[in-house]
Amino acid sequence: MAKKIHETPMLDELENGPWPSFITGIKRLRDEHPEERIREVTNSLLGQLEHSYETRKGYWKGGTVSVFGYGGGIIPRFSEVAKAFPESKEFHTLRVQPPPGNYYTTDMLRKLGDSWEKHGSGLQTFHGQTGNIMFIGTDTPGTQHFFDEINEYGWDLGGAGPCVRTGMSCVGAARCEQSCCNEHAIHRHLLTNFTDDVHRPALPYKFKFKVSGCPNDCQNAIERSDFAVIGTWRDDMKVDQEEVKAYVAKKGRQYIIDYVVGMCPTKALSLADDDTLVVDNSNCVRCMHCLNVMPKALSPGDDRGVSILIGGKRTLKIGDLMGTVVVPFKKLETEEDYESLVEMAEEIIDFWAENGLEHERCGEMIERIGLMNFLEGIGIEVDPNMISNPRRISYIRMDGWDEEAEKWFARKAEGQV
Amino acid sequence: MAMSDMRPPIESGCPDGFQYMHPVMRKNFGQWKYHDDPRPGVLRHVAHSGDIVWTVKVGTQRILDIFTLRTLCDIGDKYADGYIRFTLRSNLEYTVADEAKVEPLIKAVEDAGFVVGGTKNSVTSLSHTQGWLHCDIPGTDASGVVKSMMDELIDDFKSWNMPNRVHITTSCCQINCGGQGDIAINVQHTKPPKINHDLVSNVCERPSVVARCPVAAIRPALVDGKPSLEVDEKKCICCGACFPPCPPMQINDAEHTKLAIWVGGNHSNARGKPTFQKLVASGIPNNPPRWPEATAIVKRILKVYKEDAKDWERINDWVERIGWPRFFEKTGLPFTKYHVDNWVGARANLNASTHIRF
Repeated sequence: MAKKIHETPMLDELENGPWPSFITGIKRLRDEHPEERIREVTNSLLGQLEHSYETRKGYWKGGTVSVFGYGGGIIPRFSEVAKAFPESKEFHTLRVQPPPGNYYTTDMLRKLGDSWEKHGSGLQTFHGQTGNIMFIGTDTPGTQHFFDEINEYGWDLGGAGPCVRTGMSCVGAARCEQSCCNEHAIHRHLLTNFTDDVHRPALPYKFKFKVSGCPNDCQNAIERSDFAVIGTWRDDMKVDQEEVKAYVAKKGRQYIIDYVVGMCPTKALSLADDDTLVVDNSNCVRCMHCLNVMPKALSPGDDRGVSILIGGKRTLKIGDLMGTVVVPFKKLETEEDYESLVEMAEEIIDFWAENGLEHERCGEMIERIGLMNFLEGIGIEVDPNMISNPRRISYIRMDGWDEEAEKWFARKAEGQV
Repeated sequence: MAMSDMRPPIESGCPDGFQYMHPVMRKNFGQWKYHDDPRPGVLRHVAHSGDIVWTVKVGTQRILDIFTLRTLCDIGDKYADGYIRFTLRSNLEYTVADEAKVEPLIKAVEDAGFVVGGTKNSVTSLSHTQGWLHCDIPGTDASGVVKSMMDELIDDFKSWNMPNRVHITTSCCQINCGGQGDIAINVQHTKPPKINHDLVSNVCERPSVVARCPVAAIRPALVDGKPSLEVDEKKCICCGACFPPCPPMQINDAEHTKLAIWVGGNHSNARGKPTFQKLVASGIPNNPPRWPEATAIVKRILKVYKEDAKDWERINDWVERIGWPRFFEKTGLPFTKYHVDNWVGARANLNASTHIRF
């Protein structure tokens, strides 16, 4: 290489130790890549990163870069120290939507990697915290060329900015015995419907869909998404008593009592004298603990569907919010079921787009206007499963009490609740 | 280039994953019966049809250069069945339908310098975001923090040493993209932003910056005759929320940007309801390139958790059982006035009972 290699004494320290080193990988691009452009851009990148390590500050600033026809999907990065590190002065990231559950063939990974090597830095991450494949580092023309190439073979940009973001789903029914829904179908129905809202940021702030196949919520949907879809079931869990006995024989009675029965949050389990498990299904809250400990003996029931929780988010601006239950149970079997799920998402996003303040997440809006106003706005009836406990403050006008009570009994008579 | 020459995008959106799934997974979609764990880092899933797949979970450096990506694909082609999946925490999973392939696959993965583990009651890969490599607002470099910590926690990744699984996250600012974790290592700013008044009016949309502040500490002001913004430093909570929409309000500081450690975030509904993480330690130096002080505290918490928690207790379950006073006693971490919440609804976090462990 004609150009001087930037010294990286601090980054070199990150090449020590047994865990794979991202610095070693970037250095390999700098030292061994056949293409001069990539050698130079990674040398420059390492120089800037070392400068950050020395001064304990970041030197990237945002800007506006997008591909033709879209308004988002690119994270623009311009260097504030481009004079010293000119080859990486533009280092934009493309966010690309993965399939639900993050499945790839090696052929497809190679193909994506080849395209990125041609148009970008040769650095990629599977995946960023919003769920996208992150192709890290190219200049403005490179974003268009790379997108044009991968878009031709089936890949599209994800969300960035105030828009519907890329969705995330757990491994799901493809390889998990606990899965109670088709995460793949839910994820694609929702995201496909909002493709326009992914590509053209025009909402108050970000809106995230995440799907977990069971209440273990491996996808962190309740804590991290505005619209969490969690698989569950409402009939009895399935118990293979012979396998229960086998667990008891293997682990001992005390273990099963202490670590299965004793850890049930609603005291819905009991170990019978003959080493079979007695389940009080009407008090089971589908927490998954006993199923996790004894997956061979215990399984979700057959009457499966999803719970939907709305409004989860992290700190900014009013502090962390969990998603809370808006639909306790919904069947997802027919095409109409999926359509009604999508319609509900549309209702919610429309209502929030109309009523949310700038930079206000859906959960924050609900916090500000109250759950009842939100439910009335999206046309969903109240349900006791939505709350941990009823009202404790008496300062409320209840003029419509009698009508509301009648409505409840009427809904009950119709089997709606 | 004229607009008419530009290529219009194909708005295909989220791709169909079935085409990329291992055929045995596709065939048994929704029909899995149970799984067990033959050894750390390996899962064995059995379908109702009798089909079985073995999954080998692999820790990598997450930021993959093309050479490393090709090496991982080569291993997938030669020793597995050509299918790769990534987990939420950026672990990579090879799936095979033949038990005889498992051991050679593990050997190939380890010979190439990657790490097999991260299943069941292990410390799995730390999840993190971009840091100084690519983010526009980072106070630290999560990639470096993660590399440094995983070097020290690698044995806990490769084995089943913990009472239950441990999810650790890191974040480079208080927005916390790394997310909730059993243990979270996050940037904590300790000083108000330093404002470059020459730039504010050109760079920042002032009303939206004012609106962004959670405590209404920012107001428009004329500084040296120029429109700018000023911060009421007594009100300022040093959260850094103004910095992304207004880069001239620099929040990062080589000395005063610190790390804080939070524990007990748990996304699962298993046993208790999902929980948010809680502050346990702060004022930890942001000390590249190896951040030894943060790693030492994480290891100390893990050691006590490992010794004291019961099987299946996540960190939040364990602390709930033993109580916070004992957590601070056992870990030797100081309990300060900053541990007492003062945000909306903070009183709900106080002890309104005589339930006290002596």
